[in-house]
Amino acid sequence: MGNEDEDQDLTAALAEGMRQAHDAKTPLYLIGGDTKPFWGRGVEGRRFSLLGHRGVIRYEPTELVLTARAGTPLVEIHRLLAAHGQWLPFEPPSFGSAATLGGTIACGLSGPARPFLGAARDFVLGVRVLDGRGQVLRFGGEVIKNVAGYDVARFLTGAQGTLGALLEVSLKVHPKPPVSETLARKESAEAAIQLLVELAAQPFPLTAACHDGERLFLRFHGTEGALQAATNRIGGDRLADADSFWESVREQTHPFFSEPGPLWRLSVPPATLPLAPGRGALFLDWGGAQRWWKGLAEPAMVWNWAREKGGHAMLFDSGQCHRQPIDPDLLSLHKRLKHSFDPEGILNPGRLYETL
Amino acid sequence: MQRLRKALPEGALLSKPEELRPYECDGLTAYRQLPLAVAIPETVAQVQEILRICEEVRLPVIPRGAGTGLSAGALPRKDGLVLSMARFRNILAVDPLNRTARVESGVTNRAISEAAAPYGLFYAPDPSSGVACTIGGNIAENAGGLHCLKYGLTVHNVLSVKIVTAKGNLLTLGAQGFDSPGFDLLALFIGSEGLLGVVVEATVRLLPRPPSSRLILAAFPSVESAARAVRLLIGRGLMPAALEMMDNLAIRAAEDFVHAGYPVDAAALLLCELDGLPEEVEDQIALAEDSLRESGANFLRLSSSEEERLLLWKGRKSAFPAVGRIAPDYYCMDGTIPRRAIPAALRRIAELSNAYGLRVANVFHAGDGNLHPLILYDASRPEELERVEKLGGRILELCVELGGVITGEHGVGAEKLDPMCLQFRAPELRQFHRIKTAFDPHGILNPGKAVPTLHRCAELGAMHVHQGKVPFPEIERF
Ligand SMILES: Cc1cc2nc3c(=O)[nH]c(=O)nc-3n(C[C@H](O)[C@H](O)[C@H](O)COP(=O)(O)OP(=O)(O)OC[C@H]3O[C@@H](n4cnc5c(N)ncnc54)[C@H](O)[C@@H]3O)c2cc1C
Repeated sequence: MGNEDEDQDLTAALAEGMRQAHDAKTPLYLIGGDTKPFWGRGVEGRRFSLLGHRGVIRYEPTELVLTARAGTPLVEIHRLLAAHGQWLPFEPPSFGSAATLGGTIACGLSGPARPFLGAARDFVLGVRVLDGRGQVLRFGGEVIKNVAGYDVARFLTGAQGTLGALLEVSLKVHPKPPVSETLARKESAEAAIQLLVELAAQPFPLTAACHDGERLFLRFHGTEGALQAATNRIGGDRLADADSFWESVREQTHPFFSEPGPLWRLSVPPATLPLAPGRGALFLDWGGAQRWWKGLAEPAMVWNWAREKGGHAMLFDSGQCHRQPIDPDLLSLHKRLKHSFDPEGILNPGRLYETL
Repeated sequence: MQRLRKALPEGALLSKPEELRPYECDGLTAYRQLPLAVAIPETVAQVQEILRICEEVRLPVIPRGAGTGLSAGALPRKDGLVLSMARFRNILAVDPLNRTARVESGVTNRAISEAAAPYGLFYAPDPSSGVACTIGGNIAENAGGLHCLKYGLTVHNVLSVKIVTAKGNLLTLGAQGFDSPGFDLLALFIGSEGLLGVVVEATVRLLPRPPSSRLILAAFPSVESAARAVRLLIGRGLMPAALEMMDNLAIRAAEDFVHAGYPVDAAALLLCELDGLPEEVEDQIALAEDSLRESGANFLRLSSSEEERLLLWKGRKSAFPAVGRIAPDYYCMDGTIPRRAIPAALRRIAELSNAYGLRVANVFHAGDGNLHPLILYDASRPEELERVEKLGGRILELCVELGGVITGEHGVGAEKLDPMCLQFRAPELRQFHRIKTAFDPHGILNPGKAVPTLHRCAELGAMHVHQGKVPFPEIERF
């Protein structure tokens, strides 16, 4: 399956490397395709690469489950699924062709379909992971419903390698709906939020909704009949070349993201008003629940604003990402959990928070 | 006890045997134990105070929702306090703009959907026990339901929970948006069976109610052909809202009970529900009917009205009580297997059923491979329950052997501690215990449930070897 000549299982060597690092208390910086250094804080540590540990291990289209090693390039997985009319409904952003499955799941990245079809963690069924002691642990499985033991596989999604190095991931995959259509309408951002509130309360087969500052873009996936019904009822201009538009939203290659400078990600309930904590260019994705904002503001003010709205904010600045501080009780729980997986604190120290 | 009594309003601490009786078991009635006492707090502050006291004196606390759990997760201990969340019954807010509901943990699934209905919304997870079971219990078990194939489990439909920890601290996990900073503690918490904290409040997602739902009933001359249909439907890209299977024994029991018009001579029956916009449902019906016929269905019936749809569902939904009419007692199992293994699993279950001399009816979530074999027995016969438990254990072993797991939605509780030893090796179990300690350093919350001790598994392993056969020689042992 895949590029068999390049597939290899490096579990033994990786585990040995991890055990040595544990014994010597050597901090490690885990990397896959090295495409997302900006998605966290910088890590000072020896590079520990999972790139060579690659290959699709099992994929049976009618089971809707795929298991692959962490270093498997995401593009290879997309290609394999597409050949069977299937996809990853959470549409992970890759931020470069070198992106790996492991890095994607470790960062917990989800694309425009997230509010409608689910997040990366929703599709994770099981993992094999190397903990900070150099032990290979297996959590979850390859079946859709599984409540045996704590759901550690989902818990590790988005932990950015601070709890373990993912070795294998089993994902639920879905048949890709037969057709897709995108409508564009000129609307103000406020009007777009209003319209989205109305649309999302109806069972349209909506799979993405964003606003670029001038226009609202609505994407639908489904059967011919469903799409016709939805687009007729809602109305708007059909967008040609919609796939590349959504790719630019997902991969942040859309012109909105091209200017340098600090960028905020606001994660809030979708109908939240006002749109942002202050003035500045705004790009709404996830039907309003993920907002990219180029405002100049005191971080503390933005964090307070986001918390008040029931959400949180992340600041991308100078190649690093700063997360909203979490409450002391919660932070100490994070530390105890971190310690339980990684007693020497060698796994990506400081990647999420300075003290974690 | 005196401190607990002071912390609670009048009448909210039960300790007389006759008051304790209703709490001696949950939905798995084969396991019973009277607790030391039962606390029924009304406020979050009371829950915090109870936990502070219990942690200080190391008194075990067993959280309890409606007590419908099927794995003895809420089974009391004689040295422990049952913490009933029955008075946390308020729906705090329904937010139609963001499509969420904020509810206290004792609210039932049914009550959430009723509160959401005026806005055209509903709460998707629909366990058959939804009229009674609580959102707190759902979160503790990661409950599923008939429609989780399309709409997901509890973990996919909860945005945030407020929990009280063993130390009495109030924490919020998750957020009102789609993610939160830091670790995904919400994902870890959901399905943790009351071992990591007590849920006092939850914010759940609401979805728009589909305007059209149609149900296809398909009868098959063999279990194999029905299983083939399941794979064909999924392989062709259909995503039914529900896809349920019943075997002949279950079909006959259900038909006798509710007269839904099920073909009683069929070897297996599939119920396939499709929902969405009417146009979408039309497209899907055509594809589904073709796939069902191609796999060998010899009888198809498509619901043409809401009454008919509900009638056809009625047989499936009353299958458990229906089976309860043909035997004095039944024991419900809950394993998951890959869909491809459904025919093999049912064949082996039939063989085991013969070998143990116990009838087994199968009614299950075929779309996601979640089996519910119902073992029929008579509890009044001495040693019959013991034989039932042995057969049940063999069925779960079979699930693991076929690449599946020992519980799909009912949880481990006190019931499946031994099968957990088949599912996990020592290093994973050790990590589970470490996680427990990170939340609850003195182990006062629901101790002894969900995760077996290493000692127990080692003894069990030794026992199996002693009998001359290790169940899974290929699985690494310790
Ligand atoms: C007829 C019948 C049909 C069923 N059908 C289904 C089904 O289709 N799908 C399915 O998934 N399940 C099903 N179940 C099982 C059961 O209803 C679910 O597991 C349900 O979620 C349990 O909720 P409860 O409130 O009754 O919890 P309880 O039984 O009271 O408790 C279950 C577990 O949750 C813990 N708990 C309860 N409340 C809290 C809280 N507030 N905080 C922390 N921990 C808590 C308890 O300690 C215990 O471990 C069925 C049960 C019956 C009797």
